[in-house]
Amino acid sequence: MLKNLYIYRYRTINFLKTFFSQIILILVSISCIFPLVWMFSAALKTQQTVFTDMSLFPKHPVWNNFVVAWTKANFGVYFFNSLFYTVVVVFGVIFIGSLAAFAFSRFKFPLRNFFYILFMATMMIPIPGSFISLYILLTKLNLINTRIGYILPQINGGLAMTIFMLKTFFDKMPKDLENAAKIDGCNKFRIYLHVALPLAKQAIAVMVIFTALGVWNEYLLAMLVLSSKTLMPLQRGLMVFQGSHMTEYPLLMAGITITIFPIVTIYLLMQKYIIKGVMAGAVKE
Amino acid sequence: MKKSIKYKDIFSSYLFVLPAIILFLVFSLYPIFKVVELSFFEWDGISKFTKFVGFKNFIDVLFSNKIWWKSVLNAFYITLIALTIQNGVALFLAFCCDKDIRGAKAYRVIFYLPPVLSGIVVGLIWNWIYDGSYGFLNHMLTVLGLGQYSRAWLADPKTALMAVALIHIWKGFGWGFIILLAGLQGISRDYYESAKIDGASSFQIFKNITIPLMIPIFFLVSILTILGTMQIYDLIISTTQGGPGYHTEVPITRILTTMTGTSRFGYACAMSLVFGAILLILSIFQLKVSKKIER
Repeated sequence: MLKNLYIYRYRTINFLKTFFSQIILILVSISCIFPLVWMFSAALKTQQTVFTDMSLFPKHPVWNNFVVAWTKANFGVYFFNSLFYTVVVVFGVIFIGSLAAFAFSRFKFPLRNFFYILFMATMMIPIPGSFISLYILLTKLNLINTRIGYILPQINGGLAMTIFMLKTFFDKMPKDLENAAKIDGCNKFRIYLHVALPLAKQAIAVMVIFTALGVWNEYLLAMLVLSSKTLMPLQRGLMVFQGSHMTEYPLLMAGITITIFPIVTIYLLMQKYIIKGVMAGAVKE
Repeated sequence: MKKSIKYKDIFSSYLFVLPAIILFLVFSLYPIFKVVELSFFEWDGISKFTKFVGFKNFIDVLFSNKIWWKSVLNAFYITLIALTIQNGVALFLAFCCDKDIRGAKAYRVIFYLPPVLSGIVVGLIWNWIYDGSYGFLNHMLTVLGLGQYSRAWLADPKTALMAVALIHIWKGFGWGFIILLAGLQGISRDYYESAKIDGASSFQIFKNITIPLMIPIFFLVSILTILGTMQIYDLIISTTQGGPGYHTEVPITRILTTMTGTSRFGYACAMSLVFGAILLILSIFQLKVSKKIER
């Protein structure tokens, strides 16, 4: 009898715990999603109704806001710029980074460890002001307000992490594979291209996602380097739009929707890998 | 003959790392040295004329720049809130999800949504929610009959910094949650089982098993929170631009204003070196504390 009572009590407490946990989790989830819903809802209102209509989904949604934002507010141009920068930087980071990681892992050459440690050191030590001299350098090289001036520093910015991740991966690659390829007459580059890279597919995929997220969300460098609207990526474009159209909330929110749509889509499709990547990265460290 | 093969081998190996090393030397290493060098000069960024001033920039930043120290204090304030509230919320939610609760996977996806957005986007969205005249927050307060508390949250000196800190929490807690949850789930269930069989209460289990095993992860999360939050800037740029007055200025926005606004490049370099030193001291302090506690 007493035993039953204990079990009963235990079950009730457990139920209450789960119940309240669920309520809290749901409330927090709503607070995570709501600002985005509110943004989207404002993007569907007119300049007049946005300040008075407090409904979550307006009765007469103005889808035209997206067309206006895309064409007249220049977000179409910003979007393709962002896409271009993201593709080029990701390709650059992965190509240059994986080449270096392979060499650091597999070859012996003078100053190998010196350079590797140098790479890792800059990843660990924060240098908050290096953007000042980066700006000066780009001015000297006549790369201010050019695409290449925006791309190269970002490729460099992604290298250390990529080299670190891929080197740890290549270190685990069996030596026999490399030897077999050598006997078949592969040179170093072909071993890298045909043996190492295909094996590292998954690790590379993770680096692609995280680098792409970083480039798509980059702002500081874009602010310092780019001043022509034709060259700006979305994040910079948003601030430029906000600076000159302070209160045009519907168009601004349409612009933000355009900005985050690809990110949110890719995140939802790849969430398993992204969250696993964050978890793995943390626990390993 | 042998020697030439060896040199060929070294040469071809270098071809692999050369692109990375060149980019690194030009865009990472050179800027670091240049910042140090420039911090001893007065320079407007354009003219050929630079004036060597020794430690003058540093002395000025350290001892007579009140706005600078205000910005450092602001960053400290946001960091302190992030460390306590943000990580507290993250830990609490991780505990909620650790018990194989229904929908745990969905919660993980939802909580990590704000962290994948940029500071600019998040700031602009919250700008709209915090808006003084038409914002959703004030609207809700009015609906709830608390209209007298409504205000322009980001423009009011009393609330601006706290409002920014809250946005930062909203953006950041999901990240802490993911890492803490990974840590919790890394604890073998056998420990819990055997403790239960030995008759330990859930509080005892929490205190004697969970907490000690989680300490390395707590420290990882807190050091990354400190370094990340101290260097906050895009959230500030997209919401308050440091205002009202200097109430939400942070070190990076100060450095940016000194550089692009008033064109004092040398002075900005000195600021960033002082700030780098502050970050370094914080990291070392944190490392020492963590080693002491782990013992």
